[in-house]
Amino acid sequence: MTTKSGSAQNIFLRPVESLGAMIIENLQGLGAFISFVMRAFFWFVRPPFRLRLYFEQLYFVGNKSIFIVLLSGSFTGMVMAYQTYFGFKLISVDSLVGPVTALTLAKELAPVLTGLIVAGRAGAAMTAQIGSMKVTEQIDALEVMGINSIQYLAVPRIVAGTISLPMLSAIFLFIGNVGSYIVGTKFLSIDEAIYLSKLGSFMFLTDIWQGLIKATFFGFMIACIGTYFGFNVTKGAEGVGKSTNLSVVWGMIMVLISDYFLTSFLIHVL
Amino acid sequence: MLHFDNPAVRIENLTKTFGDHTVLNGLNFDIPRGKITTILGFSGAGKSTLLKHILGLMQPTSGSIHVLGKDLSELDNVEQREFRRNFGMLFQYAALFDSLSALENVAFPLREFTKLKEEEIFEKCHALLESVGIKPISHDKLPSELSGGMRKRVGLARALALQPAIMLYDEPTTGLDPITTHMVNDLIVGTSELHKDREMTSIIISHDVKATLRISDFVAFLDRGNIVEYLAAKDFPHSPNELVQDFVNL
Repeated sequence: MTTKSGSAQNIFLRPVESLGAMIIENLQGLGAFISFVMRAFFWFVRPPFRLRLYFEQLYFVGNKSIFIVLLSGSFTGMVMAYQTYFGFKLISVDSLVGPVTALTLAKELAPVLTGLIVAGRAGAAMTAQIGSMKVTEQIDALEVMGINSIQYLAVPRIVAGTISLPMLSAIFLFIGNVGSYIVGTKFLSIDEAIYLSKLGSFMFLTDIWQGLIKATFFGFMIACIGTYFGFNVTKGAEGVGKSTNLSVVWGMIMVLISDYFLTSFLIHVL
Repeated sequence: MLHFDNPAVRIENLTKTFGDHTVLNGLNFDIPRGKITTILGFSGAGKSTLLKHILGLMQPTSGSIHVLGKDLSELDNVEQREFRRNFGMLFQYAALFDSLSALENVAFPLREFTKLKEEEIFEKCHALLESVGIKPISHDKLPSELSGGMRKRVGLARALALQPAIMLYDEPTTGLDPITTHMVNDLIVGTSELHKDREMTSIIISHDVKATLRISDFVAFLDRGNIVEYLAAKDFPHSPNELVQDFVNL
């Protein structure tokens, strides 16, 4: 009887225990992540400042992402123009295709899609590079030489991510609007003058700022996540793959989650 | 147990525990200056943990470590980093930066810590690489284009670039074929001879008994966190300690 009640109790307790263990594990992970970001801040303001590393990372995260941003930005703008045009035509407001596309791109699509692209491309690469350095003792080699590995490897990547993403987002926004303008005026026969005048009437600088602030935060977050997972790689090559996967997943999830909170905050502030 | 005057490393009552697990259990021993000392032991005996303590990468649970007369526990984080420049280390798999050529790897510490001009760095790197037997044709090769033995040589050249007072070798011959093992051992002895005038101390972490007895001046045997034997290399095979005898006669 005791055994039966004990096993019945276990059946109910086990999921609670698992849930508790999961919560503790995730809180520990969050704590470790915050501590990592704090250390990166600490080492960011301390000499030596290795500008060459900053430029190398800016080139990698920024320049090397331009082509994919141009490609996705232009097609996103073109698709947006098509979709809104056929919807708006039903209620005879097809002249608003330009501003609606531009506002959507500026406030949401440009920063979020650029964030997702950079998380998939540069965030994953950061984790893989640092992770493989960790499993081959290259990070230990830096530490033995007296070089702080967070300052040398993480800080330049975090700075590059934070600077590059708003720039890439601005490129996405510009090329997206070009795509939308071409589709709207050339293929969907919206009058060019009306398109541009409506754009001027509904689009403000604060809309662009909102997107750029979001992109800056996304860039910071993606780079922090990418480098953090790189430094926490364990179990050799298999671990590098696993951490890279986690870094991309968490990078993308954090872009989407923080987008909601940033939007609700910035709407009141700007 | 051996004790020396003015040793390179003095370890006193060093204990390290991780939770309930004691990895180093009250170690007391000196590592003499200008000699080759090997810390021998089975896998999991605590050799790597001991090495990390000597480097200041780990803090002891209790006890102290004096390196070149300085108590590591008295140095703050930044001072410890600066102090670590007294060390050179050859890693088990060389740990070369894979995006840099052999020459760039050797140049790395010189660019970070000296104010030498590029031409001087270039000259010094070529000389260092040639001193460890790397021919000029391989100086611009990436680590992935070098053999295991060549990578170790480049790793050694990089470790020697700043003329360290203490040279550490972490399992230097693990995973190498017998000929390369012999070559690496000769290189360790040769390097020690070459830097004898400035009393460079060599500390080797190993489980290779044969090589240890051939190249070392002193041998410490670490077992389950304790130094169970510490003798001159020539006396080591005659140790009355059963564990040592088992290890030597394996």
